[in-house]
Amino acid sequence: MAPLLEVRNLTVAFDTPDGTVHAVNDVSYSLEEGETLGIVGESGSGKSVHALSMVGLIARPPGRIVRGEVLFNGRDLLALSQRELFDLRGKEIGFVFQDPMTSLNPVLTIERQIAEPLRRHFGMSASQARARVVELLELVGIPDAARRAGQYPHEFSGGMRQRVMIAIGISCNPKLLIADEATTALDVTVQAQILDLVRDLKKKIGTTVIWITHDMGVVAGLADTVQVMYGGRIMERGPVRAVFHDPRNAYTWGLLKSLPHGGRRGVTRLYQIPGNPPDLTRAPVGDPFAPRNPFATERCRIEMPPLGEVEGSVAGHKVAAWYDLRAALAASQVQP
Amino acid sequence: MNGSNVKPLVSVQNLRKTYGGEKRLFGAPTPALKAVNNVSFDIAPGETLGLVGESGSGKSTTGRVLLQLEAPTGGDIFYKGENITGLGKAGLKPYRRDMQIIFQDPYASLNPRMTVGEFVGEPLEVHRLAGSAREREDRVAALFAKVGLDPSFMKRYPHEFSGGQRQRVNIARAIALNPAFIVADEPITALDVSIQAQIVNLFQDLQDELGLTYLFIAHDLSMIRYLCHRVAVMLRGRIVEIGPCDAIFENPQHPYTRALLSAIPVPDPDVERNRRPLAFDVDANLPPEDAMLRPVGDRHFVLEV
Repeated sequence: MAPLLEVRNLTVAFDTPDGTVHAVNDVSYSLEEGETLGIVGESGSGKSVHALSMVGLIARPPGRIVRGEVLFNGRDLLALSQRELFDLRGKEIGFVFQDPMTSLNPVLTIERQIAEPLRRHFGMSASQARARVVELLELVGIPDAARRAGQYPHEFSGGMRQRVMIAIGISCNPKLLIADEATTALDVTVQAQILDLVRDLKKKIGTTVIWITHDMGVVAGLADTVQVMYGGRIMERGPVRAVFHDPRNAYTWGLLKSLPHGGRRGVTRLYQIPGNPPDLTRAPVGDPFAPRNPFATERCRIEMPPLGEVEGSVAGHKVAAWYDLRAALAASQVQP
Repeated sequence: MNGSNVKPLVSVQNLRKTYGGEKRLFGAPTPALKAVNNVSFDIAPGETLGLVGESGSGKSTTGRVLLQLEAPTGGDIFYKGENITGLGKAGLKPYRRDMQIIFQDPYASLNPRMTVGEFVGEPLEVHRLAGSAREREDRVAALFAKVGLDPSFMKRYPHEFSGGQRQRVNIARAIALNPAFIVADEPITALDVSIQAQIVNLFQDLQDELGLTYLFIAHDLSMIRYLCHRVAVMLRGRIVEIGPCDAIFENPQHPYTRALLSAIPVPDPDVERNRRPLAFDVDANLPPEDAMLRPVGDRHFVLEV
């Protein structure tokens, strides 16, 4: 079966007064129907920008799709008109953004905001839409949904607003749900409820999910496949257990190793990745992580390694690295 | 409340901060929000007390009121045994040297029109400790080296730095006056994951080297566990549990602490997929006003009726 989403050589740049920012560099991957892909990376990794640019949500200019194709159900999204994208967003691809306070309109009721895509995409009548809104609010676990639907965003807590955002994201039963740092601003207890809700929805309606985050713990619990991005590139990708238990890229390894893992000071010292995130205004040459990578080879500095199948791991585990991390770790003093 | 025999460096007793509640000319008074409600704790010299809780729990307000950046509504603040509550600007000035704060947002807390060298040296001037321009420059260079910044960066402006470097600049300024006590209010939250460990290690090294005492406010509980000696858990303005780090994490007593700990995602798929977070309905379980912290173990207290 053809994948639901296939990203081919996506390259996105922003022309700014400080120079061209190379935000996404030659990103290719595919996503099967029903799969949950966790994309991990920090600011500047290209994780959010690549998702936004797929559906025409970056401002152009200053943004610019340099090249690439994004095939969704076989259709190239980058070739669609604004009108066609309008019909697609919300209906076939749902979004949940980080900040529910700025993404919701403060002067419209929750009902109006959830109903908007329903009325636009399905031409529902007011009463049909209202019934569906209440159903959606119940689905995302908002108590007293019929009454709450008539309220305004300020009458909801942060966690409840994020539930509303998810209700909007899934309102049209999208084939693909893209969540960008959807729980980052929430307290851990509320985050746990939202993650439970997403797992539940996947079970109930089988949505394909791209979950973008910087939190390795969230990805560990939610994703089937994890994709680690850095400097606008995919550094490593594979089934979640393989990537977490047997990382082959030095950045993935460093990220996992720098977490406390229940350790205590005095007993252990946190491993720290040296250096600072890359300056994206420089044209990408070589492996973007090479300047911070203690295991980098000469070749890493001049040539970007391709994303290739990892030898001796499970199928689908891919890494971009000229070095052999396991051999390098064995030869070094560092504990893996 | 640390229960040890060491004299505390910093101590707050029945600290309260209420917003609103003022009488209006007509009608009912504005609703009162008890942001900090009867909070008491001690911090021993060289100790790190972690303060955790969700947004709106009052943890940041506690830090700000402790430093009297905002006036407390009630309660007392002691520094080295002296009651410093309500001292005026002049009276507080010597204490301001000893007690510093580092904020969450390393972008917003720097002055964009000052070189970072001037920014770090400014407290030395305010407190007239600078001496000659040359002496000040040497001091600032030494501070830069101490926080892991190249002293040649002194002439640069904040926009030339990454988030982690900016937080290092803020830390350099905070330690410029050789303080004894630092309130760190979510100092790593806004930083990239690959930078957080660098800054946590820096906090730890500075404490080991300079004997600093920290009130470390955070919502990342795994970092709190790593860094802190003791932890206080706040809920709606009250401390519901306080105790040694190991006691809080391995033997939590308050249902809210348990729920909070159970909700932390674990970066291991095998563990994370079997984790079952405990539910806790805050509104249905607000601590009653007359609840008190009662001992449940060595230096371990829980809020109970």
